[in-house]
Amino acid sequence: MKVNRNGKEEQETNTEHKRVKNKSKNKVIRKTITFWNGNMIFKNELFTTFSKIALLDIDICGPSIPKMMGLEGEQVHQSGSGWSPVYVEENLGVMSVGFLLGSPDDAVIWRGPKKNGMIKQFLRDVDWGEIDYLIVDTPPGTSDEHLSIVQYLSAAHIDGAVIITTPQEVSLQDVRKEINFCHKVKLPIIGVVENMSGFICPKCKNESQIFPPTTGGAEVMCQDLKVPLLGKVPLDPQIGKSCDNGQSFLTEVPDSPATLAYRNIIQRIQDFCGLHSSKEEKLISR
Amino acid sequence: MDTAQETGNLTGIRQIILVLSGKGGVGKSTISTELALALRHSGKKVGILDVDLCGPSIPRMLKVQDKAVHQCDNGWVPVFVDQEQTISLMSVGFLLEKPDEAVVWRGPKKNALIKQFVSDVAWGDLDYLIVDTPPGTSDEHISAVEALRPYKPLGAVLVTTPQAISVGDVRRELTFCKKTGLRVIGIVENMSGFVCPHCSECTNLFSKGGGEELARHAKVPFLGCVPLDPQLTKSLEEGQDFIQEFPKSPAFPAFISITQQILDGTLAQTS
Repeated sequence: MKVNRNGKEEQETNTEHKRVKNKSKNKVIRKTITFWNGNMIFKNELFTTFSKIALLDIDICGPSIPKMMGLEGEQVHQSGSGWSPVYVEENLGVMSVGFLLGSPDDAVIWRGPKKNGMIKQFLRDVDWGEIDYLIVDTPPGTSDEHLSIVQYLSAAHIDGAVIITTPQEVSLQDVRKEINFCHKVKLPIIGVVENMSGFICPKCKNESQIFPPTTGGAEVMCQDLKVPLLGKVPLDPQIGKSCDNGQSFLTEVPDSPATLAYRNIIQRIQDFCGLHSSKEEKLISR
Repeated sequence: MDTAQETGNLTGIRQIILVLSGKGGVGKSTISTELALALRHSGKKVGILDVDLCGPSIPRMLKVQDKAVHQCDNGWVPVFVDQEQTISLMSVGFLLEKPDEAVVWRGPKKNALIKQFVSDVAWGDLDYLIVDTPPGTSDEHISAVEALRPYKPLGAVLVTTPQAISVGDVRRELTFCKKTGLRVIGIVENMSGFVCPHCSECTNLFSKGGGEELARHAKVPFLGCVPLDPQLTKSLEEGQDFIQEFPKSPAFPAFISITQQILDGTLAQTS
């Protein structure tokens, strides 16, 4: 399905989308992680370390993932088994509404129901193949996209959510709402990441808190709400540059303190998922 | 027939400005708040309508997060930020029972509240109404523009950070403005550089120049760059009046310049 300049769907002239009766025929997804309160830079870095990754971008109005992955201008292809994701590498496939837009100026001016329809299509019609992790990037907020993804994936079981914040209270006050949302819809929380956590001047090496944690930052919030703090990522101008250039920051700047922070966070996420899948196996084998 | 036009809740408002961005986290609420404070310092009476229903930030930024809204014959009375009643505010934040309560609404419910916010708040006479929006081009934006259209908004201020990822989404926001007939007052490039307070070295944390280049490419005015300023962030955290308290801070001149351009632009539009 292509979306033209007016944001309207163009009718497919060739064969209709295949309805997949048995999901497991087309895809085996072992882990599903959703990222709330979107920091997409962080998600980009996750992918270089897992085995087979699918990245689903459900930020319908602001699809940044194609650019960050160096896939700007790529198109989605259809085959007999559904839409093919766009591959960054053999083991990393991406789907985003960004691939369906004809031009970088095209706006997706859709109300909720239409966005929900797109998300449903992404989940139903994309042929991911066999994957270890499905990572879902979400827009900020607690609205249609979030409700829909939780609803549509409820049968498939979401392993958990990673919630991203910056240190200041203005961000935390929204993240507390996200955490409550997760509790409400019974979505397990893998943990919180505090992004843009301090900046070390490249010249004098002094640290500045550009987004000061006036109420104790994510650390205090996590203690109060009893959710894990996965880690803190400091500000590094190279992160933004890598994203703009569609490169992997972890590969480009392996010595940055931010790289170390990312790797530790990724390890903790893997540990969480590993722990929970062995618990499930124990339950099944009883 | 539109109720608001009958009761005149918006007819006392001279100019309406929407603050938009394609991207989240770029500083729309910050720009909205500082614009309101700077306009107030220029002697204007300002209202702020916060239609970010999932993430209502403005009450805290103006230190009125604990206030409640009241009803009058003409609808809701907005919350006044100061005793002189020069800045008033309406936000879903005032309607929540608990501050951590999530507003988990689908589009139709959001649309209904936005329509109410536009027509049922008794603003009285204002020089400017600033409408702060969530990121994107969806329900809130479509509804806000539709509801405000009869009142002929002055236009939209678009906020971006300098990097391409943000600019990419703001390009789409520009298309939204074109499609909905909303005039673009200009683009603000926020988080544009950080000057180290220890050694004065300037680091472009989120690149540089993307906003200015976008304005040039799209042929819309470039209103200016606002640098990263920990003093500004701290003011917003504590609900202080940054424009009043910190005139020597790095972000201050940018806000004054942006506000002046808006005031000049208003004069040009209305003459």
